[in-house]
Amino acid sequence: MHIEIDEIAKIFGATTALQPVSLAIPSGALVALLGPSGSGKTTLLRILGGLEYPSSGRVLFDGQDATGLTVQERRAGFVFQSYALFRHMTVFDNVAYGLNARPRATRPPRAEVARRVTKLLDLIQLPDIGKRYPSQLSGGQRQRVALARALAIEPRMLLLDEPFGALDAKVRKELRQGLRHIHDETGLTTVFVTHDQEEAMELADLVVVMSMGRIEQIGKPSDIRARPATPFVREFITA
Amino acid sequence: MSDATLGRAPAAARAFRPATQETPWVRWTLIVIAVAGLGILVAAPLIVVFAEALGEGWAAVIESLGHRDARSAIRLTLTIAAIAVPLNAVFGIAAAWLITKFDFRGKAFLITLIDLPFSVSPVVAGLCIVLMFGANSFAGGWLVANGMPIVFAVPGIVLATLFVTFPFVARELIPVMIEQGRAEEEAALTLGASGWRVFRTVTLPNIRWALLYGVLLSNARAMGEFGAVAVVSGKIRGQTATMPITIEMLYNEYLSVAAFGMAALLTLLALVTLLLKAGLEIRHADQLAAFRRL
Repeated sequence: MHIEIDEIAKIFGATTALQPVSLAIPSGALVALLGPSGSGKTTLLRILGGLEYPSSGRVLFDGQDATGLTVQERRAGFVFQSYALFRHMTVFDNVAYGLNARPRATRPPRAEVARRVTKLLDLIQLPDIGKRYPSQLSGGQRQRVALARALAIEPRMLLLDEPFGALDAKVRKELRQGLRHIHDETGLTTVFVTHDQEEAMELADLVVVMSMGRIEQIGKPSDIRARPATPFVREFITA
Repeated sequence: MSDATLGRAPAAARAFRPATQETPWVRWTLIVIAVAGLGILVAAPLIVVFAEALGEGWAAVIESLGHRDARSAIRLTLTIAAIAVPLNAVFGIAAAWLITKFDFRGKAFLITLIDLPFSVSPVVAGLCIVLMFGANSFAGGWLVANGMPIVFAVPGIVLATLFVTFPFVARELIPVMIEQGRAEEEAALTLGASGWRVFRTVTLPNIRWALLYGVLLSNARAMGEFGAVAVVSGKIRGQTATMPITIEMLYNEYLSVAAFGMAALLTLLALVTLLLKAGLEIRHADQLAAFRRL
């Protein structure tokens, strides 16, 4: 799905989290929002997912105005920073949650839910953990379950907030490959937030460098490396 | 040199203890103070109540509890708790939800307001209800004229009990809900769940233990409340006298078997709630542990 961000701004009380920013995300792209903390990248992601409303500006999905759509209507698969798995449910029930939450008319029958959950657990290469609780999983496993849960609703886009933030270096590398693989397999437009320039450069097709609520530069990783547009970008990507 | 090291080694081993562990002397002093305090202040009075009650045998206690006024007091206390506790659970959940999941002006003021019953004397609370709904007040006069008296009747006792027990559920829930944050609810919303479904399937299961503790505490307080109820009830025997009020009246009339019999029963009701809580904790120990680990 093609995403168009048109002059979006967000003000929390006296602080401006986002200056008016504009950005076009081509359908099927894997995009990184890169910047230090407080740069507005997470706010922008949450506005895309419908968890915050912009103070001004519009969001367009495939050319349609989506600014007023509720979080449920957006159908964005969202992976939270600390994964936000439902701690009182098994992994199976976590992944099935979105399907069971559908209105009765469009809710798949029980056997179909089970089939889809099994397929997703295969996709994240954790076929045997359906009966476990989130507290019994490692950090990397939790992250993959969060991804499977987001994919279960057949989302129109995938939004990830610091998806590798809480993991050690080795697991992080593996999971980067995993996300790339799932992106290529599903063809979903994917936006992830990161403060790690190496991660953004290695994984994304398109990198959006942000600072102080503004977009500093949009470009392919190689272009940003070769021609940083501002002193901030030059400093940030060499850090 | 090596001799000196060897010579010192056993002494070092003897003196070693974990940094957070006190010397035996300090430990035993603390244990004795705690046990003596509990024994004198909590255990001994409980034993005395039961001993006094059973001083003239079981038959006397059972007979006094079977008296018409005694039965009415027991029924009234259980009714009040049955009305006040569920209402408080609903208020408490609503207040905790509002305070922890939304940002708004005047939040600190609201938290102070919820805590108010902890700091205001129950007698003052009772007087406020009398002033607001008594026969001499505007609202009270109208209500009495229309056959719905509040003061010196059951509704007044319910109001007084609600006031006194208001903070218990909210106070238990607020820290738990703050600690858990909003992420799980947000995740459920992005998965397409409606607000009510999120509450039912995510929020409620996550707070159920805190909610249970809050309900048990407010239940114990609702059954035991004396001050506020004494002011609003008018202490009409057989009509508005709850168990604590009846105990006081019986005691003042030197009916010690009846007074202590009912006191023992009230204590038993409290102990039952505590046992219930302990039982649930043991039965769901694995679940509680899973919660703590995340």
